[in-house]
Amino acid sequence: MMQKLKRKLNGLRRSPRSVIAVLFAGLIVVGSGYTAVNASVSSERTVEYTKEDIEYGKKLFLSNCASCHGKNAEGTANGPSLIGVGAASVDFQVSTGRMPGAASGPQLQVKPVQFTEEEIHAMAAFVASLGAGPSVPDAAYLQANGDPTKGGELFRINCAMCHNAAGAGGALTEGKYAPSLDNSSPKIIYEAMVTGPQNMPVFNDANISPEEKNDIITYLVYLRESASVGGEELGGLGPVVEGLVSWFGLLGIIIAITIWLGAKSN
Amino acid sequence: MSSTSNQPKKNNFLAGTANYVDERLGVAGVLKEFGRKIFPDHWSFMLGEVALYSFLVLLLSGTFLTFFFDPSMTEVVYDGVYAPLKGAHMSIAYASSLDITFEVRGGLLMRQVHHWSALLFVAAAGLHMLRVFFTGAFRKPREMNWVVGFVLFVLGMGAGFTGYSLPDDLLSGNGLRIIDGMIKGIPFIGTWISSFLFGGEFPGTSIVPRLYSLHIMLIPALILVFLAIHLVMLVVHKHTHYSGAGKKDTNIVGYPLMPVYVAKAGGFFFIVFGVIMLISSFFTINPIWNYGGYDPSPVSAGTQPDWYIGWLDGALRLAPTGMEFMIGDFTVSMNILLPLAVSLIFLALVAVYPFIENWITGDKREHHVLDRPRNAPVRTAIGAAGVMFYAILWAGASTDLIATQFKMSLNQVLTAMQISLIVLPIVSFMVTKRICLSLQRKDREVAIHGRETGRIVRLPHGEYIEVHEPLNEYELYKLVDYKDYQPTLARPNAAGKITVRARIRASLSKFYFKDRVSPATQSEIEEARHHAEEIEQEVQKAIESAK
Repeated sequence: MMQKLKRKLNGLRRSPRSVIAVLFAGLIVVGSGYTAVNASVSSERTVEYTKEDIEYGKKLFLSNCASCHGKNAEGTANGPSLIGVGAASVDFQVSTGRMPGAASGPQLQVKPVQFTEEEIHAMAAFVASLGAGPSVPDAAYLQANGDPTKGGELFRINCAMCHNAAGAGGALTEGKYAPSLDNSSPKIIYEAMVTGPQNMPVFNDANISPEEKNDIITYLVYLRESASVGGEELGGLGPVVEGLVSWFGLLGIIIAITIWLGAKSN
Repeated sequence: MSSTSNQPKKNNFLAGTANYVDERLGVAGVLKEFGRKIFPDHWSFMLGEVALYSFLVLLLSGTFLTFFFDPSMTEVVYDGVYAPLKGAHMSIAYASSLDITFEVRGGLLMRQVHHWSALLFVAAAGLHMLRVFFTGAFRKPREMNWVVGFVLFVLGMGAGFTGYSLPDDLLSGNGLRIIDGMIKGIPFIGTWISSFLFGGEFPGTSIVPRLYSLHIMLIPALILVFLAIHLVMLVVHKHTHYSGAGKKDTNIVGYPLMPVYVAKAGGFFFIVFGVIMLISSFFTINPIWNYGGYDPSPVSAGTQPDWYIGWLDGALRLAPTGMEFMIGDFTVSMNILLPLAVSLIFLALVAVYPFIENWITGDKREHHVLDRPRNAPVRTAIGAAGVMFYAILWAGASTDLIATQFKMSLNQVLTAMQISLIVLPIVSFMVTKRICLSLQRKDREVAIHGRETGRIVRLPHGEYIEVHEPLNEYELYKLVDYKDYQPTLARPNAAGKITVRARIRASLSKFYFKDRVSPATQSEIEEARHHAEEIEQEVQKAIESAK
């Protein structure tokens, strides 16, 4: 009996139809599991905003932002619509001082922050209430306690072409640039990834999961906080600075010495 | 000699050994001859020495690195001490570079010593070349030694590039990818050369071991051979010296090699070594751990080569876009071929310059007294234009950093540099030539009339004059001792025809020497002195009568 069943099962296993069935089942499991994980991740990160927050935020918005973004945040010729950009966008732009923008130019500059944390929170609440968008990240993903190796790999593949392999920043076209990440807090790095400010592409949770974002943050924080093993880092800008130092520092010192050696003894 | 009884025993041993060696190898004659070689004293004569000493430091530190470096491109999982790479897949080459950095005692220091001295080696060699160029030290009989030096400079670039690629980190891999692209851009043979070099499709698993063989064997051996030729020629030709009283094309004024120069040079080696050690201890160079292992998919912003390859990278960056065209099925990548051609022509001009100048001047004499740069205005101006051209290509390699650091638009930086590459060398040619000519005129003026003293004298008839103090013989020598070439005319050859060659030569000669300022002649100086004496007498007479 057992022998028979076994043979039958073997037969089933070898039939081409079973391959398709297994593939299909696998896809269902992986797909639904992935969606479930994704769904749970995005629901985890919602921050609650009160009605007062939203109203206060609206007032601040009308007096500080509406001139460019429109009274209903619908956007004008001077500024984009903020419907659906999410709270993370507001938090990123305002808490780095980029918004309110001082002048039009190729890119908004980092400058001293213009609002208090409560005000930023309120404005974020107002913009979040206009339409669904990325919310302010959960503190769990900002601990820099992930896997720095994986983070480094992800960083090199996704970020290094603009921000440089060591996060020193780099040039983009027409005066735009990817800033250095040396002074960006984990929260700012996370928000930049989910909102894609200015020229940066959006890295949503399907591209890079929140855990992987934490890995990237871990890597960047490690680079920033670990002492330089080889001595003074020369700005971390690579061979150009090394070349300048070798000409004007190293060779300069040695020329000074040759002049000293070649000087007449009088 | 060893039998003299009142000599201390130690000296007996030394003398005995010396005698033993001399009787078998005959080194006494060589030492006597070589030890009496004269080297003049001037700081600019030590630049080549700096290059030589950095090369010695390179050999020493490089040997240390070979003890621990493994050039294999086999993939391993990193299990060293550097946390952000633990568990990452990488080549053995990169893993062993990390081990040298973090786990071998003194490994990081040696890596930094090796890299800093490599940058210094090429820089010192380059500056040495400039010194030789601007002082005309490449003239007969040293034209061939210029070419040997040029080959050494190119070999230095080659040694540097092959070494830069060995750690197999992201930065060096990006650099190799550019080389691969350049090779593939060469029509017809490019693809084949690329697969031959990389052993298949880029990056493959052969390139690092192959570059390693070149880097530690072939290139250093060639450098040593050319270095030996360079130094033997230096001894054969004897050193040059700057013009001054008693310094002629037929003599050499300076100190003998033994004991003065050997002591000086030996000490100088340790000074160079020491400065390299200091900078290597305090300043990071090429932090490969920041870049991660090479993987063909990521490209890092701010990827630059080491400085000596920078001008080639700059040439690629500054090439205008949209020049490529198709011939049948083949794309002709002018954006690669044009910079390649420009770089090769530039190098070729540097290599053959001594022969060009010699052909134009037609000067067959030997020159051992160096030119002051101002006394060869067109050569100096050509050199300045060349330096400017090179410098802009070099700066071209850092367009992105210039844009971000000075908050400018990358596109505008590029355009500005493209324009500068053509305009600035011409401007620097003209400006340098004018500066040289006016310095020559000033020299001539000073040689004839002497130095201004600031002493204003009123003569009895009311004229005011400034008294000039004549130069002494030593000062005068320097100002009037230079060759005064004149433009040559195109002359008919034996068949009575003026060839195109002769015409070109004549017009180049005109270009070189038409604005020349001749040195003050003996009669001009004497006449001026005579005149000055007359005035002085008049002044003295006036003083007497006033008393």
